[in-house]
Amino acid sequence: MFPYVPHTEQEIREMLKAIGVDSIEDLYKDVPMTVRELNLPNGLDEFSVVKKIKSIAQENVVVEKEKVFMGAGIYVHYVPYVVKVMASRPEFVTAYTPYQAEVSQGTLQALFEYQTMICELTGMEVANSSMYDGASALAEAVLMAHRINNRKKVLMSEAVHPEYVQTCKTYAQGFGLNFVSVPVDESGATDMEALSKLANEDSCAVVVQQPNFFGVVEDLKRVREIAKDTIFIVVAEPISLSLLEPPGSFGADIVVGDGQPLGITPNFGGPTVGFFATLEKHVRKMPGRIIGQTKDVEGRTGYVMILQTREQHIRREKATSNICTNHALMALVNAIYMSLMGPEGLREVARRSYANAHYFAEKLKEKGFKLRFKGPFFNEFVFFVDENYPHRWKKLFEEGFLAPLPLEWFDRRYKGLALACATEVNTKESIDQMVLALERGAR
Amino acid sequence: MTVFEKSVSGRIGFKLPESGVRFEKMDIPEHLVRTRKLGLPELSEVDVVRHYTELASKNYSVDRGFYPLGSCTMKYNPKVNEYLASLEGFTEIHPYQPVESVQGVLKLMYELKNALCEITGMDEMTLQPAAGAHGELTGMLIVRAYHLSRNDTKRTIALIPDSAHGTNPASAAMAGFEVVELKSTKEGLLDVEELKKHLNDRVAVLMLTNPNTLGLFEKDILEIAKLVHEAGALLYYDGANLNAIMGRFRPGDMGFDIVHLNLHKTFSTPHGMGGPGSGPVGVKQFLARFLPVPLVRKSDNGSYYLDYDLPDSIGRMRSFYGNFAVLVKAYAYILTMGKDGLKHTSEMAVLNANYLRKLLSRYFRMASDRTCMHEFVVDGSEFVKKTGVRILDVAKRLLDHGVHAPTIYFPLIVHEAMMIEPTETESKQTLDRFAEIIGKIVEEATNNPDLVKNAPHTTPIRRLDDVTATKNPIYRYR
Repeated sequence: MFPYVPHTEQEIREMLKAIGVDSIEDLYKDVPMTVRELNLPNGLDEFSVVKKIKSIAQENVVVEKEKVFMGAGIYVHYVPYVVKVMASRPEFVTAYTPYQAEVSQGTLQALFEYQTMICELTGMEVANSSMYDGASALAEAVLMAHRINNRKKVLMSEAVHPEYVQTCKTYAQGFGLNFVSVPVDESGATDMEALSKLANEDSCAVVVQQPNFFGVVEDLKRVREIAKDTIFIVVAEPISLSLLEPPGSFGADIVVGDGQPLGITPNFGGPTVGFFATLEKHVRKMPGRIIGQTKDVEGRTGYVMILQTREQHIRREKATSNICTNHALMALVNAIYMSLMGPEGLREVARRSYANAHYFAEKLKEKGFKLRFKGPFFNEFVFFVDENYPHRWKKLFEEGFLAPLPLEWFDRRYKGLALACATEVNTKESIDQMVLALERGAR
Repeated sequence: MTVFEKSVSGRIGFKLPESGVRFEKMDIPEHLVRTRKLGLPELSEVDVVRHYTELASKNYSVDRGFYPLGSCTMKYNPKVNEYLASLEGFTEIHPYQPVESVQGVLKLMYELKNALCEITGMDEMTLQPAAGAHGELTGMLIVRAYHLSRNDTKRTIALIPDSAHGTNPASAAMAGFEVVELKSTKEGLLDVEELKKHLNDRVAVLMLTNPNTLGLFEKDILEIAKLVHEAGALLYYDGANLNAIMGRFRPGDMGFDIVHLNLHKTFSTPHGMGGPGSGPVGVKQFLARFLPVPLVRKSDNGSYYLDYDLPDSIGRMRSFYGNFAVLVKAYAYILTMGKDGLKHTSEMAVLNANYLRKLLSRYFRMASDRTCMHEFVVDGSEFVKKTGVRILDVAKRLLDHGVHAPTIYFPLIVHEAMMIEPTETESKQTLDRFAEIIGKIVEEATNNPDLVKNAPHTTPIRRLDDVTATKNPIYRYR
């Protein structure tokens, strides 16, 4: 009757008899009320479901990859087909949390290798095996900072993704944390003078994003010096870390970010995966699952979940976090992507992104557009358009471009500004076309 | 062998297209430019394929066999749903595209949300939470916002039964509540007298899983709801066990104010080695204004939009709008099953659990005498006393027989617990075979206990030393 449920009428009768009841109703005798029939249609066949959902998918407009010039947290990159093929293997997809290590070595080893790759990227000592996304990873990082020093003032750079900041504030409601926004300076980087005035012995954490929400590369060395003994949290874009000195080299305590650029399609924003790395001295305050290497009884190398006492299993209300189901499969996608690209491939993606974004900026300048900030940037930058831009942005979409993001969506103060992005998927031609289209509209 | 040991300097697995844009020297201060080489492996595409195929072969999965992990609902994951979630019209959509260009995704979310509201008896729902525990935290923050909105600042206590899922107390604590544990009755149900003792004007919420983790339906739920509401507190439903009642009972009708769901359990989206999941949260109308932003809504002209205009919202739980790809799979599942199939699903899940319970009661005592819902708990304490073989050993021996072990040592209120959830997608033959295997292991435990104590024998790796792994942790390959 239903393809996913195997019982025949005959079997149902036999099973009821074995249990010693007359009907299914007898099994529900503890339930005090039966609901009326659900107001939903009856089940459909596979053909009809496919047809219906395909038509829904077709109601969405897919922009040609090379014509996407918007990032702001989700980035379009080439995803080699093999990444999807390997990550779609049912042995990974239909497995669960590796509670029985002996039959979960595939999951465990892949996540152990993922942790190693994240440590390499961030320059940190220990990474967990994933968080939900970059925003919730940052929120957990802020709570972890509070667990470490018990202070309440969080200095948050204004150039951290607004949705990440909002998420932090949501998570922190129960802890009475106090968020202080640190402005950006003329270069578009976090204002170091303002930061040094705000940072004191009450500061729980200093949070900056690298490169920041405006695309500008932050001077992490200066931030660390000013942050003194507070917990230094960096939100990092993973591909840029193949070109930039990792936050770990500057004494970051916690590095988080979103792994979407590493082989995950945009998916309308999810699922992606959050990465979370820290120093060994903080590991027992860290949220999330950690996989460790060990030996079996015959001395062979194997992997297990470790430090589970910090988790929900014991001392439940004292758990370091409530995270249980994480984003392991997406972490696997990251690991496969990084295995395939290797250090050189990843670096090449970063160099192309850098080159394309800078070419885009140069072309815009040639046409009379001005960049908003003078600080160094990686694959995103802010430029002045005009107050009518949000409207025109929709027109550009009709022309086939996902044009730079109108920044006033996030804050009225950013009126007339656009956040542009380029990655390795954009071409010289598509950039030239985008510039022309922007110029045409400006007249 | 790790992927790093397979690395050969100079290999690469992917080639980028030619570019017309030249890379010039970077305009970034020297001290911010990476100097150390990035320690990623260097592999060809075939190396990568073989490495991950090798890892895949070392994993147990639902597609391979029976996976009776209690409270995890490891049901079959329909293949067509994977295909549907991978349609380009879904995967290649940027979350900040113009709203006119994403009407399909918004429509899907809107319809899914409505179906889930109907199934749970709730009025409004957010699809943003990324997992069940993320939904719990969302729900607890809504509880907090609700009481504060009424200037009821004394309500700092979350009541949670001792049989609750481990994440319940952790979620409540993360939302700033003081957790007070309620002792269960001998039968394993919430003790109404105990509840009465604890209800006062400081209680913000009672978190309840129904059916509970012993697999029992809280039969006094109507009275419990009345008591909780009379005390001015809210009633929260942990939807982890919804698979037993879907299409038959609605938490909303029983008096629950807030519900979270686990789409990866009840609605068959795959668990993905521990995620991504999805944990929508539904509420009664009076709590709708506290839901996270944005909410998907439909305007009078029939178009869909994202509503950010919720001044009382708890805020945002993550970036963007939720695990959209997971939502597609749950939507496809609901369309395929329909109201008749969803109801049939619950009934077969309950039938399977009671049937397997009956078969296993030949070998073990059950933690409760009551009829169970979609899962049940074995109390192995007598068995352990008699044979000296631990429940952990039984679990490991099961692996030798090609089935996954049940959840063990949970719920914490049962000693030597083994928590079994067969799910509706398993056939009678599978359950019969599982019971046979259990019978065989029980026999081995009596006649040849060392065989069981040293299990597993045939898995890719044998029992692992997790004590040393935690004492002297090795977090990464060096």
